[in-house]
Amino acid sequence: MKALKHFIKSFTLWELLKGLSVTGRYFFSRKITVQYPEEKTPQSPRFRGLHALRRYANGEERCIACKLCEAVCPALAITIDSEEREDGTRRTTRYDIDLFKCIYCGFCEEACPVDSIVETHIFEYHFEERGTQIMTKQMLLEIGDQHEAEIAANRQADARYR
Amino acid sequence: MTFTDFIFFAFSALLLASAMGVITARNPVHSALFLVLSFFSCSALWLLLEAEFLAIALVLVYVGAVMVLFLFIVMMLDINLVQMREGFVRYLPVGVFFALCLVGIMIWVVGDFSAGVFEVPTLQQAVQHGADYSNTKALGRVIYTDYVLPFEIAAVILLVAIIAAIILTMRRREMTKYQTPSKQVMVKRNDRLRIVKMEATVEESE
Amino acid sequence: MIEYIPQWTIDFWNWFPVDLQTLLIILGKIILILVPLLLAVAYVTYFERKVIGYMQVRIGPNRVGFFGFSLWGLGQPIADAVKLLFKEIIIPSQANKYLFLIAPVLSIGPALAAWAVIPFNREMTLANVDAGLLYVLALTSIGVYGVIIAGWASNSKYAILSALRAGAQIVAYEIAMGFALVGVLMASGSLNLGAIVEAQAGGFSSWFIVWMLPLFLVYFISGVAETNRAPFDVAEGESEIVAGFHVEYSGMAFAVFFLAEYANIILISALTSLMFLGGWLSPFEGWSSLQGHWLAEASIFWFLGKTSFFIFCFLWFRATFPRYRYDQIMRLGWKVFIPVTIVWIFVEGVMVVLKVGPWAG
Repeated sequence: MKALKHFIKSFTLWELLKGLSVTGRYFFSRKITVQYPEEKTPQSPRFRGLHALRRYANGEERCIACKLCEAVCPALAITIDSEEREDGTRRTTRYDIDLFKCIYCGFCEEACPVDSIVETHIFEYHFEERGTQIMTKQMLLEIGDQHEAEIAANRQADARYR
Repeated sequence: MTFTDFIFFAFSALLLASAMGVITARNPVHSALFLVLSFFSCSALWLLLEAEFLAIALVLVYVGAVMVLFLFIVMMLDINLVQMREGFVRYLPVGVFFALCLVGIMIWVVGDFSAGVFEVPTLQQAVQHGADYSNTKALGRVIYTDYVLPFEIAAVILLVAIIAAIILTMRRREMTKYQTPSKQVMVKRNDRLRIVKMEATVEESE
Repeated sequence: MIEYIPQWTIDFWNWFPVDLQTLLIILGKIILILVPLLLAVAYVTYFERKVIGYMQVRIGPNRVGFFGFSLWGLGQPIADAVKLLFKEIIIPSQANKYLFLIAPVLSIGPALAAWAVIPFNREMTLANVDAGLLYVLALTSIGVYGVIIAGWASNSKYAILSALRAGAQIVAYEIAMGFALVGVLMASGSLNLGAIVEAQAGGFSSWFIVWMLPLFLVYFISGVAETNRAPFDVAEGESEIVAGFHVEYSGMAFAVFFLAEYANIILISALTSLMFLGGWLSPFEGWSSLQGHWLAEASIFWFLGKTSFFIFCFLWFRATFPRYRYDQIMRLGWKVFIPVTIVWIFVEGVMVVLKVGPWAG
């Protein structure tokens, strides 16, 4: 009986037709493609893109050269040199991130005690020459200055989960 | 020389050249491919004789199936050419003798060269059928009436050969492991998989 | 129409010798068949990407267009062809050079030559050959040489494995295909493709698909296997043998294989519609309510429509079915299809003797 059922099923191509009907149905369904440059998917406030260094509202840079980010970075992408500034505080003289090494894990952001190094929502960027992939302190601060409002808003939105 | 003659001589030349290629090519794969080419030019010649069924059957059976399997075997062979060439001189007289025998038989069969070797008297004679003449139909009629007995005998011999070949290859080899697709496709999910309903439990914390 | 042609062109035409005139007319017909065919091949690739995209809830290529208008990506096949034209053809150093270069030609030649005997409607056919069906069968069986020679001449492990697979598969399915066509021959009583279509005149109910549904299925599935398409595309199984017989090919040499594959798809679709679905005949033939309406007339559009449907089926199968395992392909060909066709040929023989169905008259 079972064999007969199997026989009939296989000779009427039942399962194949079932499969065809599935793809046939999806053929007419609404397409979910996002037309990228014109349309974009929404980003989470936790999105980890290009890095930035932040400042306090009074213009003082947040980074205190504790080197926790350098220590935690699994890809060894961060290089920090520090020195005592004339007002007696410890500040970085060099803060480089090699974006070829960086894996965008976000550990630096989590390690930072003063919320200085952050990852922004920017993910569309490129380098045209070898060597330009190293983001210096100056560049990182500039990015932070440009996007401070957004960065702060994203931190605010995510603050209660941290 | 008409256009038909031109085609005839072109394909004859191709046939002879590729037949020479079959026996002179060093690489066995090249030989097999030359044989395919000679089948082709041969079937073109048959087309000129309005034997289109035979011509196409030649391509279909020999080129399409037999030579493919031939090529298969030849491609898998690892032939030592030096070893093959050993004793060429020793076997030469025998080979020449058989070649001469074959030529003799062909002359005996083809016969009449009174019109000259390069005149083709048979070609002009053959092409004289009307537009509604069907070579296939004529062939079928002859095979199933006048020659029905030899034809059936040939068919039975072929069948016997097929069965023999299958028996020879179907012997059970001890060391080989087999899968049986027909059993595999019969397998149902329930033969292999058992879904167990379980109550959700919470582990006691210590 | 002839009176609109100026006299001097007719004089100029008549000035040619008769043989040349015939040659020119035949050449013109060949161009009339091949140019639309090659365009169709190019756009079947586009169509395939679109259809499979749609079935995977994507939208497929939609960027490349003409003169700055994207036009749903219709420029894509042209752009692909131009790109492939300009790419270098790399010949592997250990390859057999002549055979390596001949192989693509051997695979596209039969695929195009088979169109010589395909009738597009009652009058439009290049060569009305008596043994047209045999001719098509012979040519489709030759197509395997392109694959085998490509595989062997590339001097690559993957290529030769694929050539062996393709060879065995095509030889196996050719037999099932031939047997399926025997049924068609029994019903039509002719090897001429035009006569086969005419034998199905009289609306949908007298098409051969009604009386030979198993043979139709066997034929079409064998056709899919014969063209090495999914789910029978083990010859190019990219998961285990990279791309099969054309791994070593690049640029236009690769494109020629590609063209041959798609030309074969269109050919098999056209043949299926000719032999089982009444080619250019209308399914509504003889319906009294549609008397005189163009829907009831036999026309080339019916033929093209049916062919397009089968092409769509090829793509549909590819979007739906996972690849067969090789031993199962062989089992299907030898142990399922051939017995099925033989049984159905026997059934047909009984029908002929009892004078039922198309043999009633």
